[in-house]
Amino acid sequence: MADRVVVAMSGGVDSSVAAALLVEQGYEVIGIMLRLWAEDLSLVPSSLQPPAARAESAVGSIAGSAAGTNKCCSVEAIYDAQGVADRLGIPFYVINAEQPFKTHVVDFFIAEYAAGRTPNPCLVCNRRIRFGFLLDYARTLGARYLATGHYARVRRDAQGRYQLWRGVDRAKDQSYVLSVLGQADLAQAFFPVGEYTKPEVRRLAAARGLPTAARTDSQDLCFVADGDYRRFLADHAPETMRPGPILDRAGRQLGAHRGLPGYTIGQRSGLGVAAPQPLYVLELDKTRNAVIVGAAGELGRAWLRTGPAWWVAGEPPAGAIEAEVQIRYHAAPAPARVTPAADGGAEVRFATPLRDITPGQAAVFYAGEICLGGGVIVEVGQ
Amino acid sequence: MIYLDHSATTAVDPRVVEAMAPFWTTAYGNPSSIYGLGRRAAAALEDARRRIARILNCQPAEVVFTSCGTESDNLALRGVALAAAAKGKRHLITAPTEHHAVLHTVTDLAERFDFEVTLLPVDRHGLIAPAAVVAALRPDTALVSIMLANNEVGTIQPIAEIGAELRRRGVTFHTDAVQAGGFLPLDVEALRVDLLALSAHKFYGPKGAGLLYVRRGVRLFPVQTGGGQERGRRSGTENVPYIVGMAHALELAQAERAAEATRLSGLRDRLIQGLMARIPGLTLTGHPTQRLPGHISLLVAGAEAEGLLIALDLAGVAASSGSACATGAPTPSHVLTAMGIAPQEAMNALRLTLGRDNTEADVDFVIEKLPEIVARLRGGR
Repeated sequence: MADRVVVAMSGGVDSSVAAALLVEQGYEVIGIMLRLWAEDLSLVPSSLQPPAARAESAVGSIAGSAAGTNKCCSVEAIYDAQGVADRLGIPFYVINAEQPFKTHVVDFFIAEYAAGRTPNPCLVCNRRIRFGFLLDYARTLGARYLATGHYARVRRDAQGRYQLWRGVDRAKDQSYVLSVLGQADLAQAFFPVGEYTKPEVRRLAAARGLPTAARTDSQDLCFVADGDYRRFLADHAPETMRPGPILDRAGRQLGAHRGLPGYTIGQRSGLGVAAPQPLYVLELDKTRNAVIVGAAGELGRAWLRTGPAWWVAGEPPAGAIEAEVQIRYHAAPAPARVTPAADGGAEVRFATPLRDITPGQAAVFYAGEICLGGGVIVEVGQ
Repeated sequence: MIYLDHSATTAVDPRVVEAMAPFWTTAYGNPSSIYGLGRRAAAALEDARRRIARILNCQPAEVVFTSCGTESDNLALRGVALAAAAKGKRHLITAPTEHHAVLHTVTDLAERFDFEVTLLPVDRHGLIAPAAVVAALRPDTALVSIMLANNEVGTIQPIAEIGAELRRRGVTFHTDAVQAGGFLPLDVEALRVDLLALSAHKFYGPKGAGLLYVRRGVRLFPVQTGGGQERGRRSGTENVPYIVGMAHALELAQAERAAEATRLSGLRDRLIQGLMARIPGLTLTGHPTQRLPGHISLLVAGAEAEGLLIALDLAGVAASSGSACATGAPTPSHVLTAMGIAPQEAMNALRLTLGRDNTEADVDFVIEKLPEIVARLRGGR
């Protein structure tokens, strides 16, 4: 009997083509969409409801579409994915992952902002939800592999160790958000479209009568109803959005801000501060709840330290390595020396200072096409 | 595939398909038309009504054809409630274990039409005590609605006893008999009901046909108005082929009822015993004896319904739960929670409902397959 593969389907072109390719390769393919947590804007806070609505109805309310819908699993997305599955002749199911997604991704997202950092929820989602919850689920369904529509490749080195490679299409490469995967994950992972460019994937889709448009980009904040994360934080974690001062390096107050999450390192506009020269956000100071600004010349940091680092190979390199490091999802890889630290983290020294190293984002290490691992940036310095 | 979801729907009996066939292409007239083609359709319609009336032990004029069970429940509840409200009666009584066709309709009547609703207590088997119904009555009670057999847990209510109490007090009584159509006697005199809802696709008839028995003398406002078909109680051109099919299907199901109930009870008990012997942590829900013959409802400790149903589907077995949901947002069954089962436990509900096409081999396959599925789910997370 053919090996069973679960494909995480979104209804969009990439995962649809991934499923189609696996069917053609003879696997027994099962399509799954995860229902993820989403905020519900249709709910009015009880303080704003008229008294009559607050009174408990004897028979409850009519259940229906009250729950919020995550962009990754809207009713339209479900119909689209179901349609693709029908076309491919494979079973398709929607699995409830609201609770683990809320705990591991949404609560993490809020906690990181509360700590003055700028998180990337996609990394933690890939680790805890796709290659955590869903991979476990796939195993209970008797599946041997989990496939997604990510642009990345899995290879094995001479010793048989799994490697994570960038997708063939560098513009679409998603290895950054998959850098959290380890040997056990990669042993069970398929990324069929990572072997193609996006135009090729569209052609593969068109040739098979599959949808050719993407449903969502994985960097979307899929659980934020209107895409406005500041509004989301103000509603769900007001403690993260405390107003405070805008200071220069010398501690002089130049203005006021409406909450640290509204600012990112290196940002110029939107400070609302009049100054003789353009000012940039240098730092978000959690202890003083202050945005620290300065001239362009004051930007630029050449050193960072990560929290516990993850290594695709399963263990850190023996010593310092020369690598290219990406400090954001779509940042250009920058040459740097990466040194594994005794505490399990990593220190990175760049050949040239970078303007926008941001605590909370991941620093991901590459050797050319090969993704080595990464870590969440916890400290930045000269 | 092994189909174990006969409470959801059934295959149309080939004999029924054959009976329906002429009414699409040759005898396609509108029953309201004056010429021969229309008269032939009208004759078929009235023939179906007479045959159904014989089974219900009522007058043909008391049978109203609808499009489904949900519509029948809506017509019964809205029709009677709104007519009673015109006379100042605004109180409704039902149970928290009813189908949403009833629950959401009384909710709507409460929220938009100012009715008051009393939900009766149910015991842990889902049973309603006739005395509790009597205790809930008020001078302004417009209608009592209690289902004959429950879709999720199979429990059969003491409708005749409740009906006797209500008839003595002159209170109008509706029963949703949708799940009972193919399994229980439907004599409205014996059941002592004033209204009774059925749906054809639950007893090997077509989807899209239902009926409501309305006792002569019950005041009922139409919900759907128009050309005045069905004696003004349900306007709209009658769906002749489906109604003919429903009459045939009901006759066949009722004629074969006793033998089929015996056969299904045997299969059910074999399946229950087989599963209980091989899977620890199973709990039967619903009433142990007062239940539909082919109906098994279970709680599988440590295994959520979602995973059970998917794994069963992949193994070629079609089943359901009390909380099945196509969009992956399962909520605990309102029926199970009303019976006192904790919401988290209620997520482990599995429903296996047997029917005509099932054999001992089917049952044995499930007895063999389900234990490994449950073990995998329990070990998985």
